[in-house]
Amino acid sequence: MTANRIALFVTCMVDQIMPEIGVATTRLLRRAGFTVEFPMAQTCCGQPFFNSGFRAQALPLAQRTIEILEPYEAIVIPGGSCTGMIRVEYPHLLQDNPRWYYAARRLAAKTFELSEFLCKLESDDWRQSTANCQETVTYHDSCHMNRILGLHDEPRRLLQAVGYTIAEMEEADRCCGFGGVFSIRLPEVSNAMTAEKLRQGRATSATTLITADPGCLMQMRGMRRNDDTIQIKHLAVALEEAITGKPWSME
Amino acid sequence: MTTTTAQFRERATIALEDVRLQQALDGATGRFATARQAALAAIPWADELRDHFKAIRAATLANLAEHLQTFERQATAVGTHVHWAQDGAEACAIVTEIAQRHGVTLATKSKSMATEEIHLNAALAKAGVRPVETDLGEWIIQLAEEPPSHIIAPAIHKTKEQVAELFERESGRPQSAADIPALTAEARRMLREQFLAAGMGISGGNLAVAETGSVVLVTNEGNGRMVTTAPRVHVAIIGIEKIAPTWDDAAVWLSLLARSATGQPMSIYTTVITGPKRTAALDGLPDPDGPEEVHVVLLDNGRSPLVGSKYEEVLQCIRCGACLNVCPVYREAGGHAYGSPYSGPIGAVISPLLFGLDKYPALPHASSLCGACQDVCPARIDLPRMLLELRADLVTQGIAHGSEAVLEGSVSLAMRSERVWALLMGMGRVGQRPLLKNGKLALPERFNPGGERPLPALAKKSFHDLWRDGEV
Repeated sequence: MTANRIALFVTCMVDQIMPEIGVATTRLLRRAGFTVEFPMAQTCCGQPFFNSGFRAQALPLAQRTIEILEPYEAIVIPGGSCTGMIRVEYPHLLQDNPRWYYAARRLAAKTFELSEFLCKLESDDWRQSTANCQETVTYHDSCHMNRILGLHDEPRRLLQAVGYTIAEMEEADRCCGFGGVFSIRLPEVSNAMTAEKLRQGRATSATTLITADPGCLMQMRGMRRNDDTIQIKHLAVALEEAITGKPWSME
Repeated sequence: MTTTTAQFRERATIALEDVRLQQALDGATGRFATARQAALAAIPWADELRDHFKAIRAATLANLAEHLQTFERQATAVGTHVHWAQDGAEACAIVTEIAQRHGVTLATKSKSMATEEIHLNAALAKAGVRPVETDLGEWIIQLAEEPPSHIIAPAIHKTKEQVAELFERESGRPQSAADIPALTAEARRMLREQFLAAGMGISGGNLAVAETGSVVLVTNEGNGRMVTTAPRVHVAIIGIEKIAPTWDDAAVWLSLLARSATGQPMSIYTTVITGPKRTAALDGLPDPDGPEEVHVVLLDNGRSPLVGSKYEEVLQCIRCGACLNVCPVYREAGGHAYGSPYSGPIGAVISPLLFGLDKYPALPHASSLCGACQDVCPARIDLPRMLLELRADLVTQGIAHGSEAVLEGSVSLAMRSERVWALLMGMGRVGQRPLLKNGKLALPERFNPGGERPLPALAKKSFHDLWRDGEV
């Protein structure tokens, strides 16, 4: 894949809560040889509103996101759920308006989740070095990335390419309990789901649980104890650590 | 029954704190799910079979009225009495009227979700007919006076100790939880008396085959055959969507039903009921066994308005329960949290559709939208899409809380301008300072969702700030 103007859509959660994921993503893309642009007008893709049934409130956010991202040749997102929103739900949401529908379809065709994008590249410059970390990790399949986008192998391929050994959980594709507003609406059930996910993570030989979705990351970190035996990291950060051979740093 | 968010949380919390229930749920749903996976993996064309089945179900629903009329014509031709019930009350009235006409005081029942849906047992009792459930799980929950907590394993929430206690009360003899074969033998003994004494047998129907006017029952305990053959009268209550136009269609249906439900290639008993007993030859074959009268009640109860609507696809459901076994919400919250005979993902969709969205406003939200349900559905019903549609209906019908609408509206408005949004988040950054601890908000526990999950703090600088300041 070649693309000259690629835009980073970081997602509102990464923007406000976990900006290091955006930084790590930018570093990976730059190492792969791209000039990364960050459209400053971006806020939220609208998924929280859409998933809560507030479609009239999601619609203007979808429209402005389309307008903001339209000029670029490819859009990369460090999160499967927001990528799924743009790729699959935007065309649904805008299906009654032909102009917007086709704009949504065009955007959908050039929007990629990070690991998907890196796997489509012909070169593996993104890992540049002889990265060969020895750590054993486990990977949590976020639901939308796995089931809506069908991205199951891609993140694992990247992790293995930089030397990680993957110890699979009993149910890697079992929901972490986030589900957006679900985690606030039914917090007891949500937390129980997260506890089960973390239990499965700890039961592997891995020291780190990796996910490619900011929402899952936030949820699982929220239930992680301070003295927990398992770390929780975003894919982009884990890849950067393996490539640089150093613990993550914003410097 | 209703299920608001507060009710769902309350009932789910009871289930979450019940260690034994959690073990039972994990064990049973896990076993069903694993068995299903193995059963489908054993047929190389399973994916194509499911595609084919979905096409059959969709095509059937597209001409539902015609297939129902064919069923009525064919069933009537073999001597079955066909009744149409618009709602639960009408169905209950039809059944009690038949019972009273025959002077029935005791009716045996085989497992039927349709009768759970219309609360037939209560109606029968009121009319002086004692209904006795004969499916082991159904009988257990009848003795406990509880609703089912799983579509195919209604007593999934009961432990063997609780079962022994119920049987002890019913039989008046001591029972041991340690000896499960003895418990089932006791159940068999007690139920055998009921089978022989009952004046009427009541069943559901897993499907009805239009071309021959037949009702098909799928069971594992053999009780279905006792219920439909021993008493003089048999009444089957079937949802109008459960129709297979032909036996070719039924064959596909049956090849997926047990595999999806329990992982069996077929259940132990597949019973086909085509009219009452007859001594005169029909198609050259006399059929001297069975009841003197067979009735089929075709139950609408909120189904026909779904035909042709954006929810039509949900009528493709064959009640196998596979979606419950893989649902991470059901597996934690259990079936009773839903407050409906239908729990799990399918229950979260059909309970509001059949019984009223205003009565079950929490159910469309009782899902993380993970999509595991759609993965295992034999008809590949897009349940996550239906849940999203129901959530949108909650908003457009004004059932969602006003305060929620105000919140969603104002956040969406703020997010329409990157400057307003940045300003608000900047204020949040300053405001959270006194509360920060290890990157999380150190709020009193009652402000943490579920009491145990501290909310994440806003980062020192947003990605926008980092980018603008040249730090990326």
